[in-house]
Amino acid sequence: MNPYIPHTKRDIEEMLSAVGLPDVEALFSDIPEEVLRRFKPLGLPPRDEIWVYRHITGLSQRSTGTKLIPFLGAGLYDHYVPPVVGHVLSRAEFYTAYTPYQPEISQGTLTWMFEYQTMVCELTGMEVANASMYDGATALAEAVYMAHRTVGGKVVLVPKSLNPNVREVLATYAWAAGLELVDVPYDENGQLRLGETPEGTSALVVQEPNFFGVVEDLSGLKERLGKAFLIVYVNPIALGILEPPGKFGADAVVGEGQVLGLPLSFGGPLLGIFATKMEHLRRMPGRLSGRTVDTEGKEGYVMAFQTREQHIRREEATSNICTNSALCALAATVYLAALGPEGLRKIALLSLERAHSLAERIFSLPGFRPAFPGPFLYEFSVRCPDAQAAVRRLREERIAVAGPELLEKCGVENALLVAVTEKRTPEELDLFVQALSSLAAEVPAAGFKKG
Amino acid sequence: MPTIYARGQKGRKALALPELSRPEEELLRKIPEGMRRREPPLLPEVSQPELVRHYTHLSRLNYGVDTGFYPLGSCTMKYNPKLHEDLSRLPGFTGLHPLLPEEEVQGALAVLWELSEYLKGIAGMPGLTLQPAAGAHGELTGMFLIKRYFEDRGELPRREKILLPDSAHGTNPASAAMAGFRVVSIPSDRRGMVDLEALKRNLDETVAGIMLTVPNTLGIFEEDILEITKLVHEAGGLCYFDGANLNAFLGRARPGDMGADIFHFNLHKTFSTPHGGGGPGAGPLAVSEPLVPYLPVPEIVKDGEKFRLHYDKPKSIGRVHPYFGNFLVMVKALAYILTLGDEGMREVSAAAALAANYLRVRLKGTYKLPYDRLCKHEFVLSGEGLGEGIRTLDIAKRLIDYGFHPPTIYFPLIVREALMIEPTETEHKEVLDAFCEVMPKIAEEARTNPALLKEAPHHAPVRRLDEARAVRQPILREPFLGN
Repeated sequence: MNPYIPHTKRDIEEMLSAVGLPDVEALFSDIPEEVLRRFKPLGLPPRDEIWVYRHITGLSQRSTGTKLIPFLGAGLYDHYVPPVVGHVLSRAEFYTAYTPYQPEISQGTLTWMFEYQTMVCELTGMEVANASMYDGATALAEAVYMAHRTVGGKVVLVPKSLNPNVREVLATYAWAAGLELVDVPYDENGQLRLGETPEGTSALVVQEPNFFGVVEDLSGLKERLGKAFLIVYVNPIALGILEPPGKFGADAVVGEGQVLGLPLSFGGPLLGIFATKMEHLRRMPGRLSGRTVDTEGKEGYVMAFQTREQHIRREEATSNICTNSALCALAATVYLAALGPEGLRKIALLSLERAHSLAERIFSLPGFRPAFPGPFLYEFSVRCPDAQAAVRRLREERIAVAGPELLEKCGVENALLVAVTEKRTPEELDLFVQALSSLAAEVPAAGFKKG
Repeated sequence: MPTIYARGQKGRKALALPELSRPEEELLRKIPEGMRRREPPLLPEVSQPELVRHYTHLSRLNYGVDTGFYPLGSCTMKYNPKLHEDLSRLPGFTGLHPLLPEEEVQGALAVLWELSEYLKGIAGMPGLTLQPAAGAHGELTGMFLIKRYFEDRGELPRREKILLPDSAHGTNPASAAMAGFRVVSIPSDRRGMVDLEALKRNLDETVAGIMLTVPNTLGIFEEDILEITKLVHEAGGLCYFDGANLNAFLGRARPGDMGADIFHFNLHKTFSTPHGGGGPGAGPLAVSEPLVPYLPVPEIVKDGEKFRLHYDKPKSIGRVHPYFGNFLVMVKALAYILTLGDEGMREVSAAAALAANYLRVRLKGTYKLPYDRLCKHEFVLSGEGLGEGIRTLDIAKRLIDYGFHPPTIYFPLIVREALMIEPTETEHKEVLDAFCEVMPKIAEEARTNPALLKEAPHHAPVRRLDEARAVRQPILREPFLGN
């Protein structure tokens, strides 16, 4: 018997007799016989727990990638996850609960949701944040939908410096809604160069810092957009040291929250951050926890403004989202509470310090130079004599970076994208520089392959 | 309920972080002045013990499957095996970056590939994507597929209509509308099934498809399922099946054999992965042959002993997830399928349907059962008629006092004062019996002492909360002085 079914033979007999059926097969007499007859099993025997443990552990050990030193970022970053985060998440009262539909026995979830919303507002400088979306990419797509619902228009301005994977998700959503993505080019600094805003523009998307790692200057953008939305796609760690987009009049701030206490996890589950202005409250997607009182005047929390949501409003809902990334948002809440304002700033500065130290040394090697001279924090693009050869050489030293294919999607040729977090040690930085210097020695100093 | 912000003191720390080796001012100069943060975000400043005690305290105000019986209809709150939690935390999974070259991530690709193969077999359908991050995301992806399919065939914008039984989950109409379709509601008949005549009246050349939940949200299997899918196909439409209720026929019937073109799984329901207080889940999507070319990229392909990512699919709708979907959730689902095997899965649906029918038969004497027939994994009672002014909400809140999580209430919409009960296969008979004793007791209280219900819950961390006030006077974040 399936180990997770607790019934004894006698239990089953008693229940069958109460229902008045001869056997369990009779429970399925309403399924057309033709359908039952066509059924084919998988050919899988049941397995014991030790077998399953070994099999899956074996699969986990088959990937060589975890043994590499990750200088690979490009949207997800190898920050330190303090064990206190995992321990809080292991509380079964949190992770085995459903959506807090019954607030009186869900105060744990609703309270941390409220804390999370507060923290996201503080980071982004926005007035209201939801309790999470699936990931940064779909959060961005939903923000674009919200812009379209609010101001009309069919044109969405998207910089060439947006993360290509995020852009691909946005493109799928835009196609379905009949929205047109119009490229915004970047200048020699790698920063976006906004021209005239075309007629019918719903929104401008800006990634901060952008995919090349360059810090964008957000000042004056909203003024040039008029009623069209300024949507900023952020890395929340960067907001420990960058002025929040809310200060620049952003209408929506979205982003990938993986950096806030979640492991890389082969890209999922992730955490979509979504914040906006109070004036857009009734048009925003996702769940919200709101503070209220009980019948005795005691403070508590409920899911507020549910009339926006699919289970009430159906086809008129602001989004179809139901299940979100709740437990990941709890991780972010605990992570931010553990860091505090000083800790967050420090994580950002430690990453910046190490990234700049590495960059300075790489750019002193003959043949290696910045793809863009614009300001950067913890990730930067390196134009190489031969980017493919550099990837191979680094791999020999067990170092992983984002290869040239991703940057090529953004029109940058023959370059690597290097990310540095507070976890990278001086020895690892040395190893990186040594690997590239051996390569620099192999080619003439002026031997650029391209660009 | 004080938040974490009510704890701690300025300057208190929970972690020891490395020191900077350059002066802060020098580092900050790397950021253009106009973009430098002027005021730090207001975040808590707490010690680690304070932090842990706060969240331990909060956890104790919650109710989960590990706390007790959670018969939340349509949510399949079955037990979440602990083995899976440990497996999903293996460093060989959590430490992998999704952009590593495919030769460095063979183990993770093996997980994706194995799970895909099993899910295709369970659905009885030839194509599958693991990208959708939740059931509703799967629905939306399915609607995108339908749109692309008709676009490719030159049948847009003519096919603009999605048919939806009035018993459908709210996500269904929302997903269809989000993909730009017009939603047309199809009434249920006296049996609680799709009204075939109403369906026929709405089948024309503007139909893109139908979204069905099988069994439907009354827990009743659509006996005319083959007729329904045949009619829709004859009209040129596609059949979307919402798989939220797969627990009802797991291991004994396949949507592909019922005429489904698209079927989404909820790994966080049928395949025992926990709900996390609202997420993350995973909503893989299986498709029939004609829709395979449109599936999201990349596709995971097995090439001899190696796994590869295949991007060259010109008809694909593109990505719906930036990487591969909720990978760690998939690890748990794979462990579950391997543990159960065919026989174990067959036992799931049997035990789930047995428990639901057992409760149905035992409770129908005290509560109205509007659709009294064999059910699958869940059934719907009505809270009507228990007493003057007693509503289903009152019954739900009173159940909390007896230590149970209430069922889903006020859904499906076609039953007044609905109580939708799904016990799942993992609940012990003793617990089912205890529930069967409490429910009539509450019905009795409704007559003899209605205030007990109206004022419930009496034994919860808070009394009944004022939901209207949360909208009238919205407080959606900590209101700090000066903000």
